[in-house]
Amino acid sequence: MSATTPGPAGSAYDGLLEHDADLTGDAAQWAFGTDFEDPLAGVDTAVPDGVEPAVLAAYCLMLGDDALVLSHRLSQWCSHAPDLEEDIALANTALDLLGQARLLLARAAAADPGVVPVLPAGSPVPPEDALAFFRDAEQFRHVRLVEVENGDFAHVVVRLLLAVTVRLAVLVRLEDSRDPVLAAIAAKGVKELTYQRDHAARWVVVLGQGTAESRRRLLGALDELWPLLPELLARHPGEVAAARAGVGVDPGDVAAEVDAVLDQVLAAGGLDRPAAAPWEGAGGRSGVHTADLASMLADMQSVARAHPLGRW
Amino acid sequence: MKPDGADPGDFTAEGGHGAVPTAGVPAAKEGGPERREWPLYEVFVRSRRGLNHVHVGSLHAADDAMALRHGRDVYTRRNEGVSIWVVRSSAITASSPDEKNPFFDPSGDKVYRHPTFYAIPEDVPHL
Repeated sequence: MSATTPGPAGSAYDGLLEHDADLTGDAAQWAFGTDFEDPLAGVDTAVPDGVEPAVLAAYCLMLGDDALVLSHRLSQWCSHAPDLEEDIALANTALDLLGQARLLLARAAAADPGVVPVLPAGSPVPPEDALAFFRDAEQFRHVRLVEVENGDFAHVVVRLLLAVTVRLAVLVRLEDSRDPVLAAIAAKGVKELTYQRDHAARWVVVLGQGTAESRRRLLGALDELWPLLPELLARHPGEVAAARAGVGVDPGDVAAEVDAVLDQVLAAGGLDRPAAAPWEGAGGRSGVHTADLASMLADMQSVARAHPLGRW
Repeated sequence: MKPDGADPGDFTAEGGHGAVPTAGVPAAKEGGPERREWPLYEVFVRSRRGLNHVHVGSLHAADDAMALRHGRDVYTRRNEGVSIWVVRSSAITASSPDEKNPFFDPSGDKVYRHPTFYAIPEDVPHL
């Protein structure tokens, strides 16, 4: 059926289709898969007045590295999930996060080009790829929760629930960032994270209320990962500085909301809040990581590093 | 084909024919570990440019809510949809291939049933 041009009097069918009026030319002929949006369309990319570029860049690296490393851990689940549908769900989540990582690392590089590793002259590698593939472990600024080695299916849903619950609470507030680019990235991310949190929370409840085996595995994953949660809510100087400049969010401010959400999920799953003590140490925001990250990066970065002049 | 009197409880989508009854058909090796499959659902998506929901495929899910989410994850990844319906395949009553001739062939020569004898106004869409 061809697209129609209603007469001056209008048609009874006007307004039934979403975005009908916006579609012209080629876009009008496709029933599926058009109407893609650029989340940064029309956004002012200048660093806002009074904001230290290095502070903004450091903050973008923290948020971007969280997304990049979690995305990679999820992508390692490809073809290993319990069923095809869940496999695609995890891959979708990985791609959502990779998209956020790309925008955030690009923002870090635009705000302060000094953070980007120097590549050989003539390299076509864009700055966000240089940040992802040419930094060493101690230069990454993500929390350790997202880097530890994958486990079973309970492990991946618990990790997702913890990481995404905090990230959603942060990005909701980041929509009011003084940096219009960060605000636009947050607006895009909030919708993705809302779905991901729902997805993870439902699985935690299902596994918690499921069989003896599913509950045993879920409790194991909670005990293993809960000690890594406080690091996500700790007030790191880099985040505090960004919050003070009006571009970032102090994660300490979302702790109460995160607690309430997690308590609700745990209660629905018939689960107690794990008692395990938090991990000690400086943590990932300061570049202190586990050995798991080094082996993950060796795998993730090997091809890009072997061909710094390669085109992909 | 399913044997007479078999319980029409289970359906599968294998072979691309849509819901096909599997009752009476051996589905697993004897004596293996028990691995019950989730029930099959049929998925219907309404596209941005469409007025009606269209069957796009099937999937397995433990319950209706999970089926809806799996439908979102599997069938709307490329910006296809604005609405999803899911329905248990077992809830669909389908015409049988055996009935194809009496069901559909009689309409094959009734050319007068087609609206070919009057002009369609250009400003009437979605016919």
